[in-house]
Amino acid sequence: MLLILLAVLILHLIILVLLFVSTIANAWTVGGTKNTDLWYSCLTTKGGYHCSSASNEDWIQAVQALMVLSVLFCLFSLVFFMCQLFTLVKGGRFFFTAVFQILASLFVMCGAIIYTVMRPDGEEDAAFGFAYILAWVSFPLCLVSGLIYIVLRKRE
Amino acid sequence: MLTILALASVILLGIVPQQSEAIVIYTGWERHALVGSDIRLSCSFFSWRWTSDDVTFSWSYRADGARDSISVFHYTGGSPYVDNKGPFRDRLEFVGNPGRRDGSILLKNLDYGDNGTFTCDAKNPPDIVGRASSVRLLVFEKVPIQAGVITGAIIGAVLGLLVLVVVIYYLMRFLVARRVFNLSVSKHGKKGKGKEGSQQRQVPVLSIGDPSKLKAAASEKKKQESRKDKK
Repeated sequence: MLLILLAVLILHLIILVLLFVSTIANAWTVGGTKNTDLWYSCLTTKGGYHCSSASNEDWIQAVQALMVLSVLFCLFSLVFFMCQLFTLVKGGRFFFTAVFQILASLFVMCGAIIYTVMRPDGEEDAAFGFAYILAWVSFPLCLVSGLIYIVLRKRE
Repeated sequence: MLTILALASVILLGIVPQQSEAIVIYTGWERHALVGSDIRLSCSFFSWRWTSDDVTFSWSYRADGARDSISVFHYTGGSPYVDNKGPFRDRLEFVGNPGRRDGSILLKNLDYGDNGTFTCDAKNPPDIVGRASSVRLLVFEKVPIQAGVITGAIIGAVLGLLVLVVVIYYLMRFLVARRVFNLSVSKHGKKGKGKEGSQQRQVPVLSIGDPSKLKAAASEKKKQESRKDKK
C-alpha cells in the first residue's frame, strides 16, 4: 500500500516538474539562431543573446494563461492530496484531487492545441522545441494520474 | 510690545521665502488617443500667491521629429487666443477655467500628423519663475492591448470561479447541516464523503422512538461497516 502511495506521489511530482519546465523554458519553437517561447523571442547573434517580448496577440496570451493555470491546478491537487490523505474517511475516494488533476490536464491540452494551430508559419527551419514536446507529454500523464486518483481508495 | 514685534517679524520672515517659491505646472505625461477622436489636454499650476487677474497660459506644439516648436494657444488679459493659421486651425478650443487655475485645451478630430509634444507654460504675476511641463500625444488606429492583460484576465476569472464554487459548496453543506441539526442530535462526521455523513446522521433519527427499531438500526449500521471493511 505504501508502495502504491509512493508511486502515485512520485508521478504527481514528475508531472508538476514537467509542466513547470515547459511553461518556463525558452524552447517552444527553435530554428537556427532563434528561440521562441511563450514569453520571449530570443535571437543569438554575434553580439550575444538578444531577447524581445513575445507579441501581444490574443492567442499567445491565452496559451500563457492556460499553461500557468495548469501548473497552479497541479499544485492545488498535490496540496489536496496531502490534505485528503489525513482527513478522508476509510474507503473514501480522492475526488477533489482527481478533479483538479483532470482540469490541469485539460488546460495543458487546450494550451498546446492553441499553440500548434496559431503558430506563425513563415520562418524557415523552425522546428518544435523540447518545451513544446514536454507540454504534450505531460497531458496524458496528467490525465492518467487524475484517473488513478478516482480509482484509488483510502485504506488504513 | 515685544510679543507684537516678535509676531510681526515671524510673519514677515514667513512671507519672504514664499515670494521666492516657484510656480509648479502640472500636465499629464503621455496621452493615447484614437484617430478621429477628441482629446482634452489638461494643464494646471500651483502657486503660493492668489490667482491674479493677469494670469497667462500658453501652449506650444513640437511635432515628432521636428526641431522647433510653434505656439498654438495663448490666454492673457482675460481672453483666450487660439491658433488660426497653424496645424490646429479650427480644431482647438479652450475649455479651461483660469479662475480655478485650469488651462486645459480640447483638440478635435485627431490625425496621425498630430503626434508630438505639447508644452504648457503658465504665469501667475508676480509669481513668474517656473518650469514648463510637457505632455506627449500618441495617436493610434486601434488602441493596443497591453501585454499580459488577457493572460491576467483569464487566470483571474478561472481562479475566481474556483473560489466561488468552493464557497457555494461549503455554504450548501452548512445550510444542510443546520436543517438536519434541528431534527436530531448527531455527532458531526469527519470531513470527507457527504453521503456517508448523511447516512450516519439518518440512523440516530430513526432511533428516536422504538427500542426494537433501535436494535434493527444498530445491526444495519454494523452490516454497512463490515461491507466497507471488505473493500
